[in-house]
Amino acid sequence: MKHVRSISEIGTEGVVRILRTARHMEAVNSRPVPKVPALVGRTVVSLFFEDSTRTRISFETAARRLSADTVNFSVSTSSLNKGESLRDTIETVSAMGAAVFVVRHRTSGVPWQISEWTDASIVNAGDGWHQHPTQALLDCYTVMARRGLDPSPECLAGLRIAIVGDSRHSRVARSCLEAFSGLGAEVVLVGPATLLPPDTTSWTVSTSTSLDDVLPEVDVVYMLRMQRERMNEALVPDLAEYSRRFGLDETRWSRTRPDTLLMHPGPMNRGVEMMFDPSSTTQSAIIDQVTHGISVRMAVLFELLASGDEVPS
Amino acid sequence: MTRDPGDTGTNDESVHVLRSDDLDRAMTRISHEIIERNRGLDGVVLIGLQRGGVWLSERLATTLERIDGRPVPRGELDVSLFRDDIGLRPVTPVAVTRIPIDLTGARVIVIDDVLYTGRTVRAALDALHQYGRPAQVQLAVMVDRGHRELPIRPDYIGKNLPTSSDEDVVVSPEGVVLRRRATT
Repeated sequence: MKHVRSISEIGTEGVVRILRTARHMEAVNSRPVPKVPALVGRTVVSLFFEDSTRTRISFETAARRLSADTVNFSVSTSSLNKGESLRDTIETVSAMGAAVFVVRHRTSGVPWQISEWTDASIVNAGDGWHQHPTQALLDCYTVMARRGLDPSPECLAGLRIAIVGDSRHSRVARSCLEAFSGLGAEVVLVGPATLLPPDTTSWTVSTSTSLDDVLPEVDVVYMLRMQRERMNEALVPDLAEYSRRFGLDETRWSRTRPDTLLMHPGPMNRGVEMMFDPSSTTQSAIIDQVTHGISVRMAVLFELLASGDEVPS
Repeated sequence: MTRDPGDTGTNDESVHVLRSDDLDRAMTRISHEIIERNRGLDGVVLIGLQRGGVWLSERLATTLERIDGRPVPRGELDVSLFRDDIGLRPVTPVAVTRIPIDLTGARVIVIDDVLYTGRTVRAALDALHQYGRPAQVQLAVMVDRGHRELPIRPDYIGKNLPTSSDEDVVVSPEGVVLRRRATT
């Protein structure tokens, strides 16, 4: 595995492989000293052109637990502000010996562009509306772990997963959809028609505009963050109206089956898509998602740098 | 080294070096050596290396308990993330580490099936450090096949087996088999 830029790039086989390795990493994380020397001497550079707390910290923690060195390239204080091109920046940092770039950028496709300019591996930590593969991987892992399933190409078969919210502009939705359905789950996108993808005929997915209809019959309710900036584009009349139809409150949640899982990629908009405190229900797997994120990202870095399927020349 | 008469017809390249009962006898001898050398079993902890050493450590624990009458603490250690050849060969960590007690002050006996380059044992010594500071670490192996690349020597040996590097040594409950690797 050279890059992890999208779910389709690594394929179901790659997904399963990473999930298997992640399980081992979870065991490492539960040891008295949750640190192993596997990636000692390798450098992981995080390159975030867009705000992020949890993803960046999660990657840096993952890298450190594998004993890699981490460099946090802060765009706001960099020479990019002096007019240095992205290409020059990448070439400069890779000349300093970066083994992996973890990239987040508001423009779709930037991770592919960057891999033209460096020999280092690229992990896409979110590009525009396009992809956020490690989020999808940790979500698959969380569902698997909560259901007591083993990683395999069909391990989510028979599960129905609702992705609720703005799936049209969501890289998380896109990646999760591919990953969940790649592992055999049935995915339904729920949201107002203006926020559903315009054409889903080529995807193996169904859509619904009624959260209340979907809730009683799904195994996982995956709430997306309502991006307030979408309001400016007049795609939802107002947030209160959105919340009334698609926000999750206690009454709505009580209509789910007792084993239905509640998930959210964070950060949560309390009072918009989440009208109640999810920590009040044991069905919430939101904290698990954060914890498993570290194991899964360790697995991704390990697969890229140490799995040994390519002998270094 | 004797050729297994039951084996010759099927595969000329496989040699049965130890049979199942030879293995049991070696295990009994090693158990007595462990008790003699440690003057009993006080503070002794068995650690089997994933994966070949784990079932051997279970066998050894059973034999020691039969001789001494007391159960011996036993754990399992996976060293794949501590290896020095990470990235040089395929590594798929899947096995688990399970160390039931703090190893500080313990007499740890590391058990593996085959001792070859010594690199696995080196990784195991590193990994053990995270579970405390043992008073002593000893090494028990069923087969010492030579070709060491590090200054590591076993304390208890089932069988010394001179090999060439194009041979594989397979240790299982059925015994020890020396197999010439197919040249492709």
